[in-house]
Amino acid sequence: MSAEPESSSLAFFRERFGLDDARLDTVLGTALERRLDHADLYFEYTTRDAVSLEEGIVKSGDRHLEQGVGVRVVDGARQGYAHSDEISVDSLQLAARTARAVAEGPGETGPVALAGREGRDLYPVSRPPTDVPIETKVALLSEIDAYARSLDPRIDQVMASVICQHKQVLVAAADGTLAGDVQPLVRLNVQVIAASGERREMGYEGTGGRFDLERLLDPEIWRPRVQEAVRLAVLNLEAEPCPAGTMDVVLGPGWSGVLLHEAVGHGLEGDFNRKKTSAFADRLGQRVAAPGVTVIDDGTLVERRGSLNMDDEGTPTERTVLIEDGVLTGYLQDRLNARLMGMAPTGNGRRESYAHVPLPRMTNTFMLAGEDDPEDVLRSVDHGLYIASFGGGQVDITSGKFVFSANEAYKIEGGRLGAPVKGASLIGNGPDILTRVSRIGSDLALDLGVGTCGKDGQSVPVGVGLPTIRIDDITVGGTEG
Amino acid sequence: MSGHAPLEAPLEARQAVERALEQVQRAGADQADALLLEGDSVEVRVRNGEIDVVSQARERVLGIRALVGSSEGFRSAVSSTSDLSPSAVERMAEETAALARATAPDPAAGLPDAGFTEDLPDLGIRDASDAGPTLEARIDVARRAEDAARGVDPRIANFEGTDVNSDTTRRVYGNSQGFLAEYESTSHGISCMPIAQENGSMQMSWWSSVTRRWCDLDDPTHVGRVAAERALSRLGARRVPTCEVPIVFEPATARSLLGHLVACVSGSSVYRGASFLANRLGEAVASERVSVVDDGRRIGGLGSRPFDGEGLPTRRTPVIENGRLASYLLDTYSARKLGMASTGNASRGAGSAPGAGPTNLWLEPGEGDLDAIIADTERGFLVTWLFGHGFNPVSGDFSRGAAGHWIEGGRLSHPVEEVTIAGNLLDMLRNVDAVGDDLLWQGSVASPSVRISSMTVAGE
Repeated sequence: MSAEPESSSLAFFRERFGLDDARLDTVLGTALERRLDHADLYFEYTTRDAVSLEEGIVKSGDRHLEQGVGVRVVDGARQGYAHSDEISVDSLQLAARTARAVAEGPGETGPVALAGREGRDLYPVSRPPTDVPIETKVALLSEIDAYARSLDPRIDQVMASVICQHKQVLVAAADGTLAGDVQPLVRLNVQVIAASGERREMGYEGTGGRFDLERLLDPEIWRPRVQEAVRLAVLNLEAEPCPAGTMDVVLGPGWSGVLLHEAVGHGLEGDFNRKKTSAFADRLGQRVAAPGVTVIDDGTLVERRGSLNMDDEGTPTERTVLIEDGVLTGYLQDRLNARLMGMAPTGNGRRESYAHVPLPRMTNTFMLAGEDDPEDVLRSVDHGLYIASFGGGQVDITSGKFVFSANEAYKIEGGRLGAPVKGASLIGNGPDILTRVSRIGSDLALDLGVGTCGKDGQSVPVGVGLPTIRIDDITVGGTEG
Repeated sequence: MSGHAPLEAPLEARQAVERALEQVQRAGADQADALLLEGDSVEVRVRNGEIDVVSQARERVLGIRALVGSSEGFRSAVSSTSDLSPSAVERMAEETAALARATAPDPAAGLPDAGFTEDLPDLGIRDASDAGPTLEARIDVARRAEDAARGVDPRIANFEGTDVNSDTTRRVYGNSQGFLAEYESTSHGISCMPIAQENGSMQMSWWSSVTRRWCDLDDPTHVGRVAAERALSRLGARRVPTCEVPIVFEPATARSLLGHLVACVSGSSVYRGASFLANRLGEAVASERVSVVDDGRRIGGLGSRPFDGEGLPTRRTPVIENGRLASYLLDTYSARKLGMASTGNASRGAGSAPGAGPTNLWLEPGEGDLDAIIADTERGFLVTWLFGHGFNPVSGDFSRGAAGHWIEGGRLSHPVEEVTIAGNLLDMLRNVDAVGDDLLWQGSVASPSVRISSMTVAGE
């Protein structure tokens, strides 16, 4: 791709669909026939492919092409949205009239002057990952299968997949915004099942981001991931039932940051706070975490899965400080909620595809490192639980309650790791949990690029990160009373 | 649009399927199938009486599967495109065949040998009054639900929103064995999400009605009232000490347990050994009170369809009969892997190969309603809210967040939140000691109330 993603994306849509500025102006003019706050068009052309292996063979490949346009008209807090998989001026006009139908009140048409924007490129690739020959991806999966089986005789099943995406988007808005982006995304998944006697356990590991697929083909990159999946499955064969009750918990670095994402991040999204349905509503400037806790959402990190040059409303992404030294300092905003709350957009207006309205969403969300030696953090707990990695989590925004399932967890006995436990979950209260952080390690790590966040039925790729931290008195769900 | 070639007109639905089949076979596929989904949707969200979002869409997507034969079986690939211009369909057909040639042969792959559906019974899945109500009428329905919710109690002062949706889907499926058929279906829904507030704390809940015909929807005032009562009942919730007690699930949360069971009886997880129910056909895996049925031809069912994702007729399949594991849910591929026959449970989206999944699946009702089960419980926990993803189908380990009400002396004593419940699904199924008569359909998987004699509650 060129160093100017905006202009290359714009050229693509001009060439493919005959969209020139005058035509976009006409459609935006239709959308804005009466006086309204905002109107935008979101064009998307995405190719995606996936190859997957199980039972030792690559049984199937798939390839997808998604194209379409979404037209939105905003009046106050109201949004009219129409989308179509046909990108033609007729269908755009129809969609624009449909979207407009939601608005009320007289007004006049204003001229629209579109202006392209200079951009940055956080994720240049030498070629779209969907252009890499299928044979290359098949060969990688076969090597992974053989390697996984060579690591431990108890490995009974290996499932692996390579998923590639190349997404081109263009946003044209009534305020003159005209911005495009080319968004590559690659991902490798490895899942194994280890069997011993009657017992069978699973291990999963993955990695990815917005970079050339060639990087994942490097054995230095994929072998450690396969080792991890195998280690986890085998470890779980030995895991004991998890104790239940309130205890001190230490979270390991990296993917454990999904705790921030669920417990705090969602509650700081602009829509929930504008509607006052979040447990964090009206709490700007208040203490919501222990001193020393600083939480950031940063969409500008190079090549990360959660990064974007611009959000899906054409706003450049930013580094937003959500919590600074324990005090709530910011929300994540799209344009609509920022305007209604009298705040600035933060480049967090994201959507799954042209078929969805933008919502305030996270990008890469993490806690800054502290000064404690991670070993000391562990040693500080007499009896408790160490969670090295989580599976998924979920939050009830309104009550603030969240829950997570651990993938890898150990008892802590006398400041040292004890037996591995399975089926552990954590449950707590979002506005309260970070006030219980009593130690922050110096070892901030970001996850390996596997996060997907769901909200209102829309999935978007995200990143998370965390240093080793200690949380006092949190409820651990398990089966041993 | 001077300077540009005119855009090609997209293909009509049946034409697209026929063209795709012809072209993918010309490109080298020995077997093929194609699926076209055409959908119209309308969604209205009202919040606090005001319009929040109105969304309308028309979408079409074509899926193509190519199977290239060899002495060791078929090599296969799947593709999908929302660009239905003749040239895009042709290019996709060629790419799919080429992609298939790059994969490995698989002796179990291939279309069903025979048995494609010969009848297309009227399953009551299409609303004859098809166009549905106007936008204004939908907005009015949503407002009536919110008004009713607000009328229940002054503590209902805010809403996440109230949605009124309709979808119409046309599905055209054809394959190289000469099968070509289609059906249309509709669904309508109202969902209300009020927030109850008291002393600075907030609780949200929801209630919904989802049906094939608009006229069958519950009255919006009923939906609003139930949602409001559920949100109010959560106010003042607190944790309870960690303990082991009987757990009562109301229909809306019991259904979530059936969802976990579905993951464990679906053919793909069974042949991979990724289910604790693999190799257990015929065994007692649940209490005798448990009978689970899948039926793709339930009249008006939200999971009903005349034929499955491979063109085979849908049918009634007992999954668990009086506690005994009677059948898995199978598509042709997983059936061949297991040496069994398809149960007509192939589910398929345009962008994926067929997989096995449920149609309409439910737990057969027993006796007495939720109140009777509560009255019969000396001390326990009624679960009205389940969240989190803590279920492992390989081991059956279950540990999820829960909220609800404490039961003391056969009566609800106080609301509970911020606890987890944990156990193993096999033990949970075996420990079902009450099944209610209050089967509730809010989707394609449904359950009556259920009690499990003991699980671990983790709290204080």
